[in-house]
Amino acid sequence: MMDETQTRPEHAPEVPPGSRESLWLLVSGPTIWAAHFLLSYLAVSVWCAKVAGRAGPLGDIRIAIGVLTALALTGIALTGWGGWRRHRFGEATLPHDFDTPGDRHRFLGFSTFLLCGLSFVATVFVALSVVFIRSCE
Amino acid sequence: MNEQTDYRDPEEEALALAQAERLAKAWKTPKGWRYWSAVNNTEVGLWYTGVSFIFFLFAGVLALLIRAQLAVPENDLLSAETYNQVFTLHGSVMMFLFGVPMFEAFSILILPQMLGARDLPFPRLSAYGFWCFLIGGVFVSGSIFFGAAPQGGWFMYPPLSTSYSEGLGPDIWLLGLSFIEVSSLAAAVELIVGVLKTRPPGMRINLMPLYSWYILVVAGMILFAFPPLIAGDLLFEMERAFDWPFFDVSRGGDPLLWQHLFWIFGHPEVYIIFLPAVALVATIVPTAARRPIVGYSWIVLAAVGTGFISFGLWVHHMFTTGMPAVSLAFFSAASEAVAIPTGVQIFCFLATALAGRFVKSVPMLFVSGALAIFVLGGLTGVMVAIAPFDFQAHDTYFIVAHLHYVLIGGMLFPVIAGIYYFFPLITSKKLSDKLGKIGFWLMFIGFNVAFLPMHFTGLLGMPRRVYTYSADSGFGLLNMVSSIGAFVLAAGVAVLVWDVLRPKGKQPTCERNPWGAGTLEWLVEMPGRAWGVRSIPIIRSRYPLWDQPNLMRDVDAGRFYLPDAQEGKRETLISTIIDADPIQCLRVPGPTFKALWAAIFTGGLFIFATYKLYWLAIASGTLALITILIWLWRDTAIIPAKQTKDIGLGVTLPIYASGAKSVGWWAMFITMIGNMSAFNSLVFGYFFFWTVHDDFPPDNTPDLGFWPVAALVAILLSWALTLWARRLNNLDHASGYYAALGLGALLTVAGAYALWAGPHFAGMDPTSNVYPATVWVLVLWCLIHLGIGLIMQLYCLARRAAGRMTATHDIDIRNVALYWHFMAITLATTVAVIAGFPEVA
Repeated sequence: MMDETQTRPEHAPEVPPGSRESLWLLVSGPTIWAAHFLLSYLAVSVWCAKVAGRAGPLGDIRIAIGVLTALALTGIALTGWGGWRRHRFGEATLPHDFDTPGDRHRFLGFSTFLLCGLSFVATVFVALSVVFIRSCE
Repeated sequence: MNEQTDYRDPEEEALALAQAERLAKAWKTPKGWRYWSAVNNTEVGLWYTGVSFIFFLFAGVLALLIRAQLAVPENDLLSAETYNQVFTLHGSVMMFLFGVPMFEAFSILILPQMLGARDLPFPRLSAYGFWCFLIGGVFVSGSIFFGAAPQGGWFMYPPLSTSYSEGLGPDIWLLGLSFIEVSSLAAAVELIVGVLKTRPPGMRINLMPLYSWYILVVAGMILFAFPPLIAGDLLFEMERAFDWPFFDVSRGGDPLLWQHLFWIFGHPEVYIIFLPAVALVATIVPTAARRPIVGYSWIVLAAVGTGFISFGLWVHHMFTTGMPAVSLAFFSAASEAVAIPTGVQIFCFLATALAGRFVKSVPMLFVSGALAIFVLGGLTGVMVAIAPFDFQAHDTYFIVAHLHYVLIGGMLFPVIAGIYYFFPLITSKKLSDKLGKIGFWLMFIGFNVAFLPMHFTGLLGMPRRVYTYSADSGFGLLNMVSSIGAFVLAAGVAVLVWDVLRPKGKQPTCERNPWGAGTLEWLVEMPGRAWGVRSIPIIRSRYPLWDQPNLMRDVDAGRFYLPDAQEGKRETLISTIIDADPIQCLRVPGPTFKALWAAIFTGGLFIFATYKLYWLAIASGTLALITILIWLWRDTAIIPAKQTKDIGLGVTLPIYASGAKSVGWWAMFITMIGNMSAFNSLVFGYFFFWTVHDDFPPDNTPDLGFWPVAALVAILLSWALTLWARRLNNLDHASGYYAALGLGALLTVAGAYALWAGPHFAGMDPTSNVYPATVWVLVLWCLIHLGIGLIMQLYCLARRAAGRMTATHDIDIRNVALYWHFMAITLATTVAVIAGFPEVA
């Protein structure tokens, strides 16, 4: 059982600014990952099928995927930063398990931040493919 | 009422007893043959769990047949043909009739308890899903007794299962399992709305049990994973039944499209099976460790992250199909990335176990075994995610070993842990610790003896799916060891079955909350009551039974919400998504046979179609439609006699809610998301063919003329009129409402005609080439949906005319308007693809 009875700290601000929240922020990091993944895959598929041919070079499409990756990573980083700021709102003590709007706000922020971290790494993983591979073969 | 309940005074006691009596009457389970009309989650969940466990045993027997056949070289116990049927059904049944449904079953059974809800929002939908599952499952499984089972492996690759399969096997697979996918989608809708909208007051999103996080993610995954397979099944069945050449290379088709659609479903499905099992682990570990989970947010990260990344893995089943290396690399990278969240949750469980005061128990024994086995399976998963290694191991017993380590460690062991853990919750009796331990060690040892050698058999080069092998291949000893292990594993399962089935009449009823858990489902009384919770509590913690003093006593005394059923109706609370503020007192329907009849007729549609008895199939489909319409007409969107209800503690809530506040609207929204992903898969098919052909559309393609644009205009007008009708209804402008919606319905018919007329008058023959077939299948999809949209428009006309819908009680027209948004998108996309793309290509 829990040793200490949990009570909300008296001085914690109750309601965070603009406290209308949804689950969309939580999934935006992975959604950017998914969009990047899908666009990269479709881009090389169309490129290799329609432009360069099966033995052709990846050429410019690598640059395009590089730009796409930079955009995706920026988007993920900004979302993650937003999450981190929510996590730090007020008295930021993990594990954010008080029954208050403040802790709900911090929890959603922290989870958003963690998911952005994972999405960032996964996006880099995928982008590395075009660093090492230069042809459609 | 429980004898431990202590009331403040005799007055409170008298009131509470009277309330309990009314509540018990409202939630009473029907007796006798009417028992099968029950729709409450406790009954449906139990049947569902039982039936999917029976399918597991059936598929397990098939596995033993496989192992008996392979025990010695050149064995003739099974013929090649029977062997093919046996392994195909083993895989299909384990995945479709056990892996996925087991989680739905378990969740229907325990999720409401865990959320302190009386039931899920759509009990009849759960019942319908269950009956569909039962009928479809028996149909598919039964085929082997007639020697008619599919033989093409659980993924049914064409051309093996199109050009080279005689008989009905593939049709049974395609139609039978499509039918079961309906029940999975039904469960997904039910569970998403359940998690988001039926949480008890105070259970904010940061306090949700981890189990519900996982279920939310998995149900969301089903919406994007199952529809591509439904789309694939549609293409496949059109090829088999009507010779539309989607996978026939000689007419421009491509079997790889099936592989894409199958694995866009098939890979996420592995996680759809795995995550709910991890959810059980996340429920059991904190109880065993006597402390809150370590890293709650990290587990949410793992659940959501795995849910997303698992969709970027499908091509790793297709590494040897000759795609460009860079495409393989993308999927290889994602396959490595998914190991991160998977690992995170395992570390959280280990940390929780180490940080707490660990109490040994049978469930925890199975959890430990699960983690050990799963980690090994995960590691070989990382190996086969590397394309060059996969080229070597592909289609060998190494893969068989890998997938069984993942699925048995990741799913079967946690499920058995769950059975031991939750058994007292369902039956008020504990399973035997002694038998549990014996069963565990038999299973654990048997499993490893069976499957560890398969890694080596595979590396030595033994291919999958061969019915025998020669004596000089050197596979004999390893196979014999595997077979012995399989039978030891089966003995362990037999011990479990005996433990579950053995008579327990003399065994005392177990005490409440026998494991000392902290989550709400253990409020359950022993023996259990049909109402679920006596009153719906206010939640302040992730582990309310540990942290909220006197919670059980106050719940039992009816001191929280909805302690009574004054009107004799079944009621539960609906709350907001993020903060779980109560917003509605929802009346949920009671027992009915309508769900069963609807499932029987829907089953007829699929089963008659399998035998090409199309008129009977259409008749059965029509009966299903009529049954569902009667069900909707009589039992949904009922205008209540009084508008609000006092739910206790001074809170009064509306009984009727429409639009985004109503659960029905959410169900429609979620269903349509799934529907769109099936449609997108068909569009993907079109563009897939475009990439594989130099001339797609072919040069000699006839022009569709003005018809598609005419169809688009008519349908967009119909959509606008439906939205306008919704507005006119709110303004109580009756004649305007009927005129707008009536005209909308006429335009729907006109639009459908125009859409059909384009390819028809252009003389496009779907059997001639894959291009017309692809155009026709998109048109067919739209026509079916326009038909449903038309029925909805007419239904809304009738509802208002019959006084079942008013200006303020407008659930029907709002849900229909939502459907029409998606209809407009579907039609606009279709017209852009079939009429617009050929212009630019």
